[in-house]
Amino acid sequence: MTPSVPAVDLRDLRISLDGAPILTGVDLTVSAGEWVTVIGPNGAGKSTLLRAVGGLLPTPDAVRLFGTPIGELRRRERARVVATVAQAPVVPPGMAVLDYVLLGRTPYIAPLGRESAADLAVVHEVLDRLDLAGFHDRELATLSGGERQRVFLARALAQGATLLLLDEPTSALDIGHQQEVLELVDQLRRTHNLTVVATMHDLSIAGEYADRMVLLADGRIVAAGTPAEVLTEDLLSRHYRASVRVIPGPHGPLVLPTRPTRDGAVGAPDLGRDSS
Amino acid sequence: MALSLKRHGDAPVGALTPPRPAGLRKRWLAAGVLAVLVTLVVGVSLGPVSLPPGSVAIELLNLLPGVHLDSGLTEREIAIVTELRLPRVVLGLLVGGLLALAGGTYQGVFRNPLADPYLLGVAAGAGLAVTVVLTLGVGAGGALSGLPVTVPLAAFVGSLGAVAMTYLLGSAGGRSRSPAALILAGVAVSAFLSAGQTYLLQQHAESLQQVYSWLLGRLATAGWQDVLLVLPYFALTSLITLLHGRELDVLSVGDDEAASLGLHPQRSRYLLIAAASLGTAAAVSASGLIGFVGIIVPHTVRMLAGASYRVILPLSLLFGGAFLALTDVVARTAAAPEEIPIGVVTALLGGPFFVVVLRSARRVLT
Repeated sequence: MTPSVPAVDLRDLRISLDGAPILTGVDLTVSAGEWVTVIGPNGAGKSTLLRAVGGLLPTPDAVRLFGTPIGELRRRERARVVATVAQAPVVPPGMAVLDYVLLGRTPYIAPLGRESAADLAVVHEVLDRLDLAGFHDRELATLSGGERQRVFLARALAQGATLLLLDEPTSALDIGHQQEVLELVDQLRRTHNLTVVATMHDLSIAGEYADRMVLLADGRIVAAGTPAEVLTEDLLSRHYRASVRVIPGPHGPLVLPTRPTRDGAVGAPDLGRDSS
Repeated sequence: MALSLKRHGDAPVGALTPPRPAGLRKRWLAAGVLAVLVTLVVGVSLGPVSLPPGSVAIELLNLLPGVHLDSGLTEREIAIVTELRLPRVVLGLLVGGLLALAGGTYQGVFRNPLADPYLLGVAAGAGLAVTVVLTLGVGAGGALSGLPVTVPLAAFVGSLGAVAMTYLLGSAGGRSRSPAALILAGVAVSAFLSAGQTYLLQQHAESLQQVYSWLLGRLATAGWQDVLLVLPYFALTSLITLLHGRELDVLSVGDDEAASLGLHPQRSRYLLIAAASLGTAAAVSASGLIGFVGIIVPHTVRMLAGASYRVILPLSLLFGGAFLALTDVVARTAAAPEEIPIGVVTALLGGPFFVVVLRSARRVLT
């Protein structure tokens, strides 16, 4: 694989679901080893974009992974190239961590076949790597949110894919666990030479980890560039219809939601000024 | 990869075997086979004429090629064993195995702990189809002992039609197919199909007795020809479902995840639904409507032996067979010389069990 071949190459990606246009012509290139985070208001099409890159939507020629149109990859081949961690993965009742992570080896197991010792070895390595070694027989449902997110990541890593798609990987976590998970992803990216495409709602955290950001609105990319180029008060207030302040942080801009006005604003509750 | 010690830090010293993935443990498989063998001996020994279990066991061994042992049974008793009781017990094993296997499979493909051939309306579809054959005489014959060959085929068509209706109705609410919606749809489809059946029976009162004795679930009239009729369906259903245990485990993490792991979720689902419905159809054709086996057995297996479908399916097959054949022993001896319809006995057991399942499934359903 030559370094010049992008990990992800989207050309005029158009997706409609149930007749409603969701993505209306998206062009995006992600280099191998890069971390690109897709942001945008609710309904902008972020998850749909990720599902298209993951091969879960029919997109004949618009999506290329490492130079190959995704439609030309067989399902199992595709699963060895790209792994997805969904926003809220199903937690199967009664399933232990080891068994869940082993499911990540599915693309290497012949249909109707079973796991080999090599598959098991890969899984143990991943569990070790993610500090989950003591958890192998714990039931997934009994883990805390942060632990569970690490298990979801472990399953994706066990897949051995170099392209990792993360749909809101931190939405269910407190800030401590958010940082822990994202630091882990960043480390893995460097050690395993992964390419990461993520969607995130928390803009400040998103900006601290991404190499590049893409702002999606109404099914199109309206801004793309470094976090400093995308996280501007002008762009965010325009596309999120939000009132924000952007201040410089150590690793990227920090976005603070601020209330437009406090007293006497139209529609704002009149907090007891006349109550005496 | 070298196994590091720290991974086993909480395990007792000397227990450094690497953790094993969930799978069918040998002792559980042995227990299942043992249950089937014990059921064979017990089921054949008990009846209006009680036979010594030891002699029965020897007589059963004599059925193996090359074995000739003296069991001490008279010729008449040997005939009771091989011609009357054995086919009945074997049919019970096959039907119970199929119902439990179908239940476990439906629970997997629909990711729904309450899915069962009866609650999904599949059995009602098969029942209606069989009633059509019996009342309208399609395919002639009509004698229940020696079922018309058309019966299982009609039942298969009926069961597939019913599961398709339930699936479509249950997903009518859009993409958010909730487990409860599917079961409600199954109940509605069952009611609809049962109404059709009642109407047919009312129009053909002459078949009433015959159809009812079949409907209530009786293995009493079982002969070897019934066993032979069910056997091919049993083989096909078992083969397809048991080979797909791992795929069912993958499906349990969700369709998107399964697809991104390289599976074709919808294709696997359709194949497994067809296989489970075929098994249900064969079971219903041979023995009428016997409820709750598909709920009781897979759930008990899941609680005791593990949640992987590679465990649930083979053990459901074995223990489901043993469960139904032993239930049949109860049905024919509890009120002897009268026989209680076996469907009544399984329902009596299944009702309370269902409450247990409902309680444990509460989290999934809400």
